Amino acid sequence: MDYAANLAMTLPEVILGVGAIVLMLVAAWGGPASTRAVSWAAVAILAGACVALMGPAGSGGSAFDGLYRADAFAAFAKVLIFVAAAVGILMAPDFFQRTSGDDLRPEYPVLILLSAAGMGMMVSASDLLTLYVGLELQSLSAYVLASFMRRDTRSAEAGLKYFILGALASGILLYGISLVYGFSGTTLFGGIAAAYAGTKSLGLLFGLVFVFAGIAFKISAVPFHMWTPDVYEGAPTPVTAFFASAPKVAAMGLAVRVAVEAMGPATEQWRQIVIFAALASIILGAVAAIGQTNIKRLLAYSSINNVGFALVGLAAGTPEGVAGVLTYMTIYIAMTLGSFLIVLQMRDEAGQPVESIASLSGMSRTRPGLAAALAIFMFSLAGIPPLFGFYAKFAVFDAAVKAGLFPLAVIGIAASTIGAYYYLRVVKTMYFDEPAPAFVKGNSPVEGGLIVLTAAFVSPLGYLAIPLLGGWTMAAARALFPGV
Amino acid sequence: MSGFPILTIMLLIPALAAIACLFVPAATARMIALAATLVDFALGILLWANFDIGGAQWQFVEHGPRLGFFAWDLGIDGFALMLIMLSVFLMPICIGASWRSVTNRVPEYMAAFLLTETLMIGTFAAQDLFLFYLFFEAGLIPMYLIIGIWGGVNRIYASYKFFLYTLLGSLLMLIAMLYMVQTAGTSSIPALQTFNFPAHVQTWLWLAFFASFAVKMPMWPVHTWLPDAHVQAPTAGSVILAGVLLKLGGYGFLRFSLPMFPEASGQLTWLIFGLSAVAVIYTSLVALVQSDMKKLIAYSSVAHMAIVTIGLFAFNRQGIEGAMIMMLSHGLVSGALFLCVGVIYDRLHTREISRYGGLAINMPRYALFFLFFTMASIGLPGTSGFVAEFLSLMGTYQVSTWIALLCTTSIILGAAYMLYLYRRIAFGEIKSDEVREMEDLSHRELWLLAPIAAVALWMGVYPESFMAPMRKDVAVLLTRVDRAAPPSDSKPTAGKPAATTPAAAHAAAAHGTTH
Repeated sequence: MDYAANLAMTLPEVILGVGAIVLMLVAAWGGPASTRAVSWAAVAILAGACVALMGPAGSGGSAFDGLYRADAFAAFAKVLIFVAAAVGILMAPDFFQRTSGDDLRPEYPVLILLSAAGMGMMVSASDLLTLYVGLELQSLSAYVLASFMRRDTRSAEAGLKYFILGALASGILLYGISLVYGFSGTTLFGGIAAAYAGTKSLGLLFGLVFVFAGIAFKISAVPFHMWTPDVYEGAPTPVTAFFASAPKVAAMGLAVRVAVEAMGPATEQWRQIVIFAALASIILGAVAAIGQTNIKRLLAYSSINNVGFALVGLAAGTPEGVAGVLTYMTIYIAMTLGSFLIVLQMRDEAGQPVESIASLSGMSRTRPGLAAALAIFMFSLAGIPPLFGFYAKFAVFDAAVKAGLFPLAVIGIAASTIGAYYYLRVVKTMYFDEPAPAFVKGNSPVEGGLIVLTAAFVSPLGYLAIPLLGGWTMAAARALFPGV
Repeated sequence: MSGFPILTIMLLIPALAAIACLFVPAATARMIALAATLVDFALGILLWANFDIGGAQWQFVEHGPRLGFFAWDLGIDGFALMLIMLSVFLMPICIGASWRSVTNRVPEYMAAFLLTETLMIGTFAAQDLFLFYLFFEAGLIPMYLIIGIWGGVNRIYASYKFFLYTLLGSLLMLIAMLYMVQTAGTSSIPALQTFNFPAHVQTWLWLAFFASFAVKMPMWPVHTWLPDAHVQAPTAGSVILAGVLLKLGGYGFLRFSLPMFPEASGQLTWLIFGLSAVAVIYTSLVALVQSDMKKLIAYSSVAHMAIVTIGLFAFNRQGIEGAMIMMLSHGLVSGALFLCVGVIYDRLHTREISRYGGLAINMPRYALFFLFFTMASIGLPGTSGFVAEFLSLMGTYQVSTWIALLCTTSIILGAAYMLYLYRRIAFGEIKSDEVREMEDLSHRELWLLAPIAAVALWMGVYPESFMAPMRKDVAVLLTRVDRAAPPSDSKPTAGKPAATTPAAAHAAAAHGTTH
């Protein structure tokens, strides 16, 4: 295969990489004044990367001698990632402008572009080293983004915490990779799968455990979730929204691909790990969220909780299960981005952000539209029909039941009642409590438009998208199961 | 009527009206809500008028587009028709009952009620398993808001309890549904009603559905959410809760548990009977000692719902018909009783029974209606309650004489707590000036109670009107479940009839010898 064909398959990452470098130069010369232009250019680049997926980049095939896979699965995950990254960029300007402290700098969109390039690599990787390079590119950009408000100690702390624990996780993952490589003799997923199909030596199993532990950190599944609430709380809100959406999809995509493509023959082995992580995430994410008073911490636990549900689909280990994971992540990022967009609107009279749940009191009377939107997101996250979040849970539990995992399905779904409690608490605060001082109205039409868009997607109108979504996710899932 | 999607229209009208209500001021919202519910009621009458009694099992069938996991399939049989009628009949009354008593956030209130109406009709009309689930479960959201926003002092606790209790039950049912659809390969309810699941699987599925319906019903011991929800909910909320939402459990048993899992139903009848018998006696006794009017009626609801469950699981015509009539009757009567409580609550703002007394003196019209509904709740012949209790208990007697004996105490205990309530409120001397100043029923209140009284009387005097549409469906259900019917505990042995006339005895003897 010639080099041009390889590049054509990696076109989205090429666009993002080149774009990021060019914008970096613009930022260096233009300084803070160029922020707005760079932001919009970055959004355009992400859109261009999405368009590029229509070409060879999304149509299947292996590039660079099997290091990189351009298939429907990767394409679907990349669309989600790029859209979420674009929203992450669009959310930022208004936030930094109104918050006293650091201004938005043009490096912000550039870092998100680099991170997006890394995430594209993660979901396309069919080799442990491609995987690691992509993961590190994403993570390093994320560490910087977490501490983007340099003068804010919480933000700095978040970045440092994220960095240290992230480095630890990378170490665990690398250790697992080295074991897998050592016992299978290759880093290519195909070769690893062949090794797992034979006798599963202790080394291979140890490698599997460590690789999953490293991945569990990246998707913030219990018991590797400890960093999440602190980082989510400390990072600037647009960055938190970004963390909760795009990298989650990327890490989940990576987890699915590694589990199915590289370790598919060892499904029985990793299923135990995934089931444990799923149930532990669902239960701990729900129980720990009950006591939270900070909305960002609450949403952090909510993301842990939701990752648990997505893992239920992975535990099934079937094409339906993988399609369920993708469906779940699609709906999840709409819900979570919508929720964070509303958190962005929470500002006191001085225009400074407030994050306490108590400040939402009586919002249904002071800001009825905003309250209704947040209520939609909360009920949807709780998985109450007729909101679209129900379909997400339906998809993964359907796959689990089809795979015969009844105890997992029953315990998981029963535990979702615990989660419903804290989502209801937010609704209760907004609707039942006496009004607190109203939030100052923002004037960002972009954020308003995004809230309407995500709320409409999560509302029962989302059901109209099911035929389309079902087809895409199934096509994407089948790409991982060539035999089925 | 073929081709005219009347069910979809009945669903759409309140849904669209709910959205419209959110954008208009309070007075307009009230008018929109009343108009929408009345139109839906008119459509309901049209539905009944065009229902072909004894015709096809499923009528007004609509097949809509399939959206991924569920299809927009609607259709009704006699059971669904009657329960839809109950919903659309009570809904305008609920709106009327909140006309003056709700002044706070009226547009949202009306929207929540209209949404509830859509979801209730949808639950009864759905022909697709998951469509049913969507409607069934979505009803939690508006009810949660109604209790939480417009409820009493302890409304937040009650709203959580209501929501989480019912959610947990329903989620287990969802898992069972996923399994059923996967096994049977269809999510169509009529198809699933004739699908035979293996007996050992049936037990698990039955239990999962039981978890949901028992909570909705509510059956002892998972009834505790109901008194809290009732006490805290606004009057109209209680009416809808008692009138229609409690019927979802019974409807679920009738639509799912019995026809889909007949063997399991037969084997687990003891569970239903046992819990119901406990419920009848225990909750009736609890009702006897209540000092809060709404709580008393709430406990009486649990006792009445237990009569529904024993009737349903009697596996015979009388039992099932009696259970259905009990659901309808209880929907009307307890709804009306909550309205009666609401009437005096609006005047004195307390539900404490001891604060009232002697209302028959200064509120004669009110006392009359209250007496009528009290009697209907007790099951006085001539009221709907009598037909319901008589049929249910008769059906039960054929299966289990002991359970029938225990559950018949509900009539005595029911009379005790209801008459005691009535005596304390309406009879005796007027104790305080504030009670003396209470005005009799206004025209609006009269118009709310009179139609319910008329229908309850109609159902008591000529129940045939209500039983006719269901007759064929009961037959269909019985042919389905007959094979699993539990054996009767009374084992009648042929007696030795005394010879009436020597000729007859001679004939019999001759008959015997010839063979």
